Amino acid sequence: MIRRLFPHPYLSAVLVVVWMLLVNRFAWGSLVFAIILSIAIPAMTSPYWPDRARLRHPGKILAYVLLVLRDIITANIQVAMIVLFKPNRLLQPAWITVPLDLRSPEAITVLAGTITLTPGTVSADLSQDGHALLVHCLHAPDPASVIDDIKSRYEARLKEIFE
Amino acid sequence: MDQIAEILISAVLVIGGIFGLVGSFGLVKLPDQMTRLHAPTKAATLGVGGVLIASICWFGFFSDQGSWHELLITLFLFLTAPITGLMIAKTNMHLTWRPEELPYPGEDMHWATYGDSAERSLMDAVPEIDRAERDHRE
Repeated sequence: MIRRLFPHPYLSAVLVVVWMLLVNRFAWGSLVFAIILSIAIPAMTSPYWPDRARLRHPGKILAYVLLVLRDIITANIQVAMIVLFKPNRLLQPAWITVPLDLRSPEAITVLAGTITLTPGTVSADLSQDGHALLVHCLHAPDPASVIDDIKSRYEARLKEIFE
Repeated sequence: MDQIAEILISAVLVIGGIFGLVGSFGLVKLPDQMTRLHAPTKAATLGVGGVLIASICWFGFFSDQGSWHELLITLFLFLTAPITGLMIAKTNMHLTWRPEELPYPGEDMHWATYGDSAERSLMDAVPEIDRAERDHRE
């Protein structure tokens, strides 16, 4: 019964939180409406999302978000330093291929988003069957270390959360 | 107390403003389209982030009720910035790069942008792999 009512429990929880933040002021009426939305929207969208991702360790999401936030701040400072103080001729931009161990589309999406938000890297494309990510680096004298960094820092953690 | 809060909020605003400025300057200074993409996807995130933190603090200190809209703006920013970056990167790959200039995509034939995605897509491929893995485990 509960399973039928909430086919995507995490999506429902996120919807309640987002609705309450949108309203921006606590009222029981809006909470009731948020719960109605959190039942209606997953029910209406579930045909479009047949194989939903299973979260193995949802508790580790918070640790991952904090890690990414910290990396975003350091990334900003690094990129700002490169933009301000590195002459263009010393810049070594590079394309790198990151082979993926992740298989679920949701996990790959999160990884690609994280790569774009963090130090000097933008994810540009996925290989045809989803086995590798194409990443562009702003300044990468040593591309191999960038790949290792992405795999050990983010991919390993996402693998724990999703698979 | 009010003064300390004001100083804090203005400091965060100024820091955010500096990062926004550096991000925009990067657009002008960096040499080609792909490197230019790096400046706004990152520097601008912290620039906007600083303004939003300042806004949360201001409402927290000087208003009767806090404001949490800013958290939502941050969330949507983090969701949309990588997708914008991805779209611009893909357009760029079509306009200025040939597939031969990019690194080889490992075991697959093509990068998705150049390949024939009508035949096989990631969404089709994944359940098969999952099934194979499950069989393997069992």
